[in-house]
Amino acid sequence: MDFVVDATLLVILAVTAVTILRVRNLFGAVMLAGIYSLVSAALFTTLDAVDVAFTEAAVGAGISTVLFLGTLALVGSDEKRPQHRPILPLLVVFITGGALIYGTLDLPDFGDPNAPAQLHLAPDFIEGSEEDIGIPNVVTSVLASYRGYDTMGETTVVFTALVAVLLLLARGRRPMRVWHEARGWISVWSDEELDPDLRTRPRDDAEGDGPEGGGDPAGDDDATTSTHDASPDPETPRG
Amino acid sequence: MDDKVILRVGAKILIPFILVFALYVQFHGDYGPGGGFQAGVIFAAGFILYALVYGLGNTLRVLPPWIPYLCSALGVLIFAGVGVVTLALGGEYLNYDVLAHDPEHGQHYGILLVEFGVLVTVFGVMVATFYAFAGRGRIES
Repeated sequence: MDFVVDATLLVILAVTAVTILRVRNLFGAVMLAGIYSLVSAALFTTLDAVDVAFTEAAVGAGISTVLFLGTLALVGSDEKRPQHRPILPLLVVFITGGALIYGTLDLPDFGDPNAPAQLHLAPDFIEGSEEDIGIPNVVTSVLASYRGYDTMGETTVVFTALVAVLLLLARGRRPMRVWHEARGWISVWSDEELDPDLRTRPRDDAEGDGPEGGGDPAGDDDATTSTHDASPDPETPRG
Repeated sequence: MDDKVILRVGAKILIPFILVFALYVQFHGDYGPGGGFQAGVIFAAGFILYALVYGLGNTLRVLPPWIPYLCSALGVLIFAGVGVVTLALGGEYLNYDVLAHDPEHGQHYGILLVEFGVLVTVFGVMVATFYAFAGRGRIES
C-alpha cells in the first residue's frame, strides 16, 4: 500500500515537473509549482516527516506562490521564446543528474536502521528528548535545543535574505549626507537643496500631499525614508 | 477586488482562524508538528491574504512596514539574547539548563523563547518580502 501511494505521488511530481518545463504561460507554471510543492508535502507526510511537510506546504505552496504571482504582476505572464538551442544545458543536466545518481549508489538503503546516520547521535537525541528535555516532539528538541546553534544560524540566514531582498527591491532615492556651512551635517535629496532658501524636504513635493504624508514621525530620518518609499501610499496612484 | 463578495467575506472569516492556528502551531510545537518557522509563515500568510483581498493600502495601515522590519531583526536578537542570558547565568551559550532550577524546566523556557524568536523573525521577513514585491507594482488591481 505504501508503495502504491509513494509511486503515485512520485509520478504526479514527475508529470508536474515536466509540465512546468513545457508550459509557456508563466501563470500556469507558477500554479503548477505550487502543486509541485503540495505533492512534495504529501510525500514528506508519507515519510513521517510531518514538520518538513508542514513547512513545505506553508512556504512552498503558500508564500512562494504569492511572491511569484507578485513578480508576474510586474513582468507579465508570457515567457519569451528562447533564442538558443537547449542542447548544451540538456547535456549539463544529464551529466549532473548521472553523477548524482551514481553518488546515491554508495548511500545506505532507504530506511536502513543500520545506516551510520541512525547509529551515531540519533539514539541519544531520541532517548534524551524525553529524559533531558521532556518534550515528545524530537524534531523540536533537536531543532531548538540540541542543535540550537544551527537554528540560530538559520534564523540569521532568513534575516539576511530579507536584507538582500530589500537592497535589491526596495526602491526610492536615498538621501546624501553633506556638510552645510550654516547647518552642519544634513541629509539632502539633491544638489539644489544645498541652497538654504529651498525647502528642506523635497520629498513632500515629489510624493504629493497624500493623506498620510505627514503620518510617519521619522520621515526625515535616513534609515526610514527608503522604507517609506518602498511602500506606496495607498491613496496616491503611482505613475 | 471591490466586487468579489465571496472572496472578501471568505477571507474575513478565515483570517482570524489563520492567526489563531499560527499561535497553536507555535505553542503546540513541543507536542506535535510545528514550531517557530511554520507558525511565522502561517501568521504572515494571514496578513498576506488580507493584502491580496483588501489591497496593499489597507494592509499597510494595519501593519506599517516598520513593524515587519523591526520584527525581522528583533527575532534574531531574542534568539541570540537567550544565549547571552544562559552565558550570564553560568552555562554554555544556548544551554537552557541554567534558565530554571530544574534543568528540564529550563529547557522548556529556552525552547519557548528561541521558538518565539524564530516566529518573530520569520513573520517579519515574510511580510517584508511580500511588501517589497507588492510595493513595486499594483498587485491589488
